[in-house]
Amino acid sequence: MFETLILMLDATMRVSTPLIFAALAGLYSERAGIVDIGLEGKILGSAFAAAAGAAVFGSAWIGLFFGIMASVSLAMVHGFACITHRGDHIVSGVAINTIVAGLTVTLSMNWFGMGGQTPTLSGDSRFLSVTLPFADALANVPVIGLIYSELLSGHNILVYLAFAMVPVTYWVIYKTRFGLRLRAVGENPHAVDTAGISVAFIRYRALIVCGILCGLAGAYLSTAHNAGFLKDMSAGKGYMALAALIFGKWRPVPVLLACLLFGFLDAVAIRMQGVVIPGIGEVPVQAIEVLPYVLTVLLLAGFIGKAIGPKAIGRPYVKERA
Amino acid sequence: MTNKTTPYAIELQDISKRFGAVQANKDICLQVPAGSIHGIIGENGAGKSTLMSIIYGFYEADTGHIEVDGKRVDIRSSQDAINAGIGMVHQHFMLVENFSVLENVILGAEGGALLKGGVDAARIELQRLAKEYSLDIDVDAIVEELPVGLQQRVEILKALYRGARILILDEPTGVLTPQEADHLFRILKALKDQGVTVLLITHKLREIMASTDNVSVMRQGQMVAHRETAKTDKEELAELMVGKKVRLTVDKGEAKPSDVFLSARNLSQFDSQGVKRLKNVSLELRAGEILGIAGVSGNGQSELLNVLSGIEPMGEGEIHIAGQVITANAPKNAAQMRELKMAHVPEDRHKMGLVTGFEAYEAAVLGYHNSDTYNGKVLMDRKVMVDECNERMAAWDVRPPNPHLKTANFSGGNQQKIVIAREVEQNPDILLIGQPTRGVDIGAIENIHEQIVKLRDSGKAVLLVSVELDEIMALSDRIIVMFDGAVVGELDAKDADERTLGLMMANAYSEEKEEVPA
Amino acid sequence: MSQAKVPAWVNIALIPFLNIMLAFVVSGLIILAIGEDPIEAAGYLIYGAFGYDEGVGYTLYYATNLIFTGLAVSVAFKGGLFNIGGEGQAYIGGLGVGLVCLALDHTMPFYIIAPLAILGAAAFGAAWAYVPAYLQARRGSHIVITTIMFNFIASSLMVYLIVNWLKEDGRMAPNSRTFEENAWMPYLHELFSPLGIDIGDSPLNVAFIIALVCCVFVWGLIWHTRWGYQLRTLGTNPTAAKYAGIDTAKVTIWAMLISGGLAGFVGINEIMGVNHSLLLNFTAGYGFAGIAVALMGRNHPIGIILAAILFGALYQGGSELAFEIPTITPEIVIVIQGLVILFSGALEHMFKDRIEGFFIRRAVA
Repeated sequence: MFETLILMLDATMRVSTPLIFAALAGLYSERAGIVDIGLEGKILGSAFAAAAGAAVFGSAWIGLFFGIMASVSLAMVHGFACITHRGDHIVSGVAINTIVAGLTVTLSMNWFGMGGQTPTLSGDSRFLSVTLPFADALANVPVIGLIYSELLSGHNILVYLAFAMVPVTYWVIYKTRFGLRLRAVGENPHAVDTAGISVAFIRYRALIVCGILCGLAGAYLSTAHNAGFLKDMSAGKGYMALAALIFGKWRPVPVLLACLLFGFLDAVAIRMQGVVIPGIGEVPVQAIEVLPYVLTVLLLAGFIGKAIGPKAIGRPYVKERA
Repeated sequence: MTNKTTPYAIELQDISKRFGAVQANKDICLQVPAGSIHGIIGENGAGKSTLMSIIYGFYEADTGHIEVDGKRVDIRSSQDAINAGIGMVHQHFMLVENFSVLENVILGAEGGALLKGGVDAARIELQRLAKEYSLDIDVDAIVEELPVGLQQRVEILKALYRGARILILDEPTGVLTPQEADHLFRILKALKDQGVTVLLITHKLREIMASTDNVSVMRQGQMVAHRETAKTDKEELAELMVGKKVRLTVDKGEAKPSDVFLSARNLSQFDSQGVKRLKNVSLELRAGEILGIAGVSGNGQSELLNVLSGIEPMGEGEIHIAGQVITANAPKNAAQMRELKMAHVPEDRHKMGLVTGFEAYEAAVLGYHNSDTYNGKVLMDRKVMVDECNERMAAWDVRPPNPHLKTANFSGGNQQKIVIAREVEQNPDILLIGQPTRGVDIGAIENIHEQIVKLRDSGKAVLLVSVELDEIMALSDRIIVMFDGAVVGELDAKDADERTLGLMMANAYSEEKEEVPA
Repeated sequence: MSQAKVPAWVNIALIPFLNIMLAFVVSGLIILAIGEDPIEAAGYLIYGAFGYDEGVGYTLYYATNLIFTGLAVSVAFKGGLFNIGGEGQAYIGGLGVGLVCLALDHTMPFYIIAPLAILGAAAFGAAWAYVPAYLQARRGSHIVITTIMFNFIASSLMVYLIVNWLKEDGRMAPNSRTFEENAWMPYLHELFSPLGIDIGDSPLNVAFIIALVCCVFVWGLIWHTRWGYQLRTLGTNPTAAKYAGIDTAKVTIWAMLISGGLAGFVGINEIMGVNHSLLLNFTAGYGFAGIAVALMGRNHPIGIILAAILFGALYQGGSELAFEIPTITPEIVIVIQGLVILFSGALEHMFKDRIEGFFIRRAVA
């Protein structure tokens, strides 16, 4: 039983990683007042660029670089539409998601001709698992061995990076000048403007960070979790990250917990396939799969707590006399 | 009073600013001696806020320039203004509500990429400022949990923390209780004693008289007078503020008020923050009379109209109309009020009275769109609507008389005629009418006024809200003055003159009476 | 008032045209970048979509779905609501159709099944839109997020129902059994052939006629009923709606019900018209494409028909194109669709402000 639990938590960590990257990406964007339903598109774009880069150059790191570049470029398109041209944030996000969904397949077919996939990655062109020090030595120690060697050790570097990004984000958001201004601009851009700070510049920078994190999420999917790009491989992770962001009420640590919860539900869903629980019968996998979305809707409706987002979110900033 | 050798703290020379066709500021000159409290007074729309926005770098002036301490400064952004030592306390606070006081104060002046150092320094500096100017505050409190008076103090601290030597306050007492306002003026005195120059923008004469050294009066975008406060009085200032306008005359006979058509008792309303915006207003409106509501805008008139017309639910009180009693627990919405034969010409036709994207004939049925007149069994009867619109356009001389033109493309006066025609032609018993001639050209004003009087003479009850004193005096049979959400005076139109009304609107009338023993 | 100086054709025709052209130019550049000739590609595309009878049939078949979802998005838009859940509403609408057909095809004739299926599509689609609508109107939760969530919930629900309950016994494929022919929406080519008119075999079916009827319905509803009047007032000026005494919550909920119902009609075309069984993922992104159609069609039924035909042509021509030039995939159409959303939606102010400015200056000069 304990071992099963460890294995499920292990799976949770792997599944949660892209959610954590993407939800934190959304956190930077939305705390700065920019609604980002384009997380999905950025993840997918990065997944493709990273896999393509890794396949061509034979290095996961070069792939990662391309992934991040692709994702940041998309974030800049979003910024250009929402910040510079006061466009609708949702429409812009939908546009980005749609363009990427089509473009990745088009380019992939054209460049690699493998039915929309990239070549299978191996060796240096993938992020492989890292064995933590003494993991082998401790493997046989009861309890600790399982926790350390199975659960904590043996993930790839991006998994550790994702978890490390949570305290880093906490620190950036709450302890730095950039974080203070970013939070302020999402709450009351007029206050920021009258304090002599450029609203647009802060929002663009927030989107760059958002792009980088989505880039990591995408690269993780195609060059670490899987060995190559598949059509539509983001499979709604961007939207689920958005749900986790809302569920975590736009705060780093609760967002992490939401991602872990959603990741855990995913791991449970896979485990529960075909399992008959005495007295209840077979729990349909789909019932577990939809829980993140159902929970988020309930939260938004105010049935479980209250999700209050940044006040100025989604509204273009127009300089006007107050 | 001023040492001629020391330069002015701030000096404006020939500042002009135009927004499209509106000349908001024209050739403004102003000299403010260092270490003084300088009041700027004027009616709404006189151009005070635009001028302050120019000084604070929100707008750039079309012409003219600004000198600070005798040196010409180029203010293109708020940052430039801050660098020049100018701080501003906005009418609507520029605070991040879920930040602590400390975070709000350091925003934009963090003193480094990490907050730690800046926060610690700010904590010490705020303690010093608090002591020096008696601006005590809990620096770790969350702003939205503070009372309004303390929030304002945060704004002042923000400016001082940035080293402001010139502090602009835009209508600072609008949101304060009298006690909080008194405290604010003590703070301003303390600031002055420390050499800070204060620019106080207000429309309240009492504040000007009580706290300023000098006062400048603005009217219609221009500076019309500068006075030493000690050498002027409320009467003079009120007159300067209002000006000697072209007297509007409306040809109207004696009113013959009869039955009470509408009576409001102890009406109150609260805004989303729970602040009481309408305070226990009671009034009676009779058939055959025009009741004018005078007051500087923002003193509860809009709330009164919204509550009476059913647009906003009331907080407390009751309305008696057509044999029915409306209370907070038994509310009626705007459509139901219309059924009780109440028509409403809203103050702001763009925000409320019209849908500017609609064609004229569509806008001409707004609020009455459910009426049988305009509807067949299923579809709306476009022909009836267009025909009626054509008739009304001819009767009211709307130009161009084209029912299919988008409402946005009519001039202000013609838009207003579309709205007034719509409401008046429903043959209501009661007409609520707000700012009937705002943004309307002279020719149309006369026509609109005649229609309002005609309605009265046909035995209807008219409630007129206007910030134009002339209009109130020309049309009303009875006048109620509102200040700060409450009724502060009522008088017969025959007894009303500009001076009395002006003093009432500035809530200075009763004090004056006390000063003069009977 | 300054807008008075901008001629009407600028907003109705010029700006949308420029936005579309820009989307096409960027798509052309992408095709160029992958080493193909955009002009040649456009040629194949146009031929594939309009060059022969079957092609036209397919174009209109795709357009049928897009008209439904385009109308769905635009009815909500007219009330100031962004219904991004057309995909889920269409999916559940298809469930309604499928259940009616599966329940009645053994016992009832077509003329009983068809109206009930149409009703089922509308009712199920509307029901799926009701919850987000209610939550928006009464509890203030953001409709965009809830409708996105409901897309995913719909997807899982359908997998569960089809795999666990509706799948044909003894088969692996996650489909329901094929309906009897009396539950098939007639193909137009079958209806036309007795008249001696040959329009070529294609999946184009009576659903296309229903789509056109819906256009008329929506046009009448929005521009000629008091409800539509209230909807447009709410969508353009919510304060004026309050002033006019309009029950905004009620209008919001009804707008979403109608929107969801329209999206549900995709099920008529796909389930009853073409697939003749209930299957997974038949919505294939039409719900999202409806956003592009509505934006491009300026939320007017005529514009929506034109935009739907254009996108339908892209879908159909895209397949032709992929056949002729294998290095270009049909997904290029999705890219174009995204670019249209970007330029005519998110970046609408980019051209608009400048062009209007140009005409205003010219009028003043």
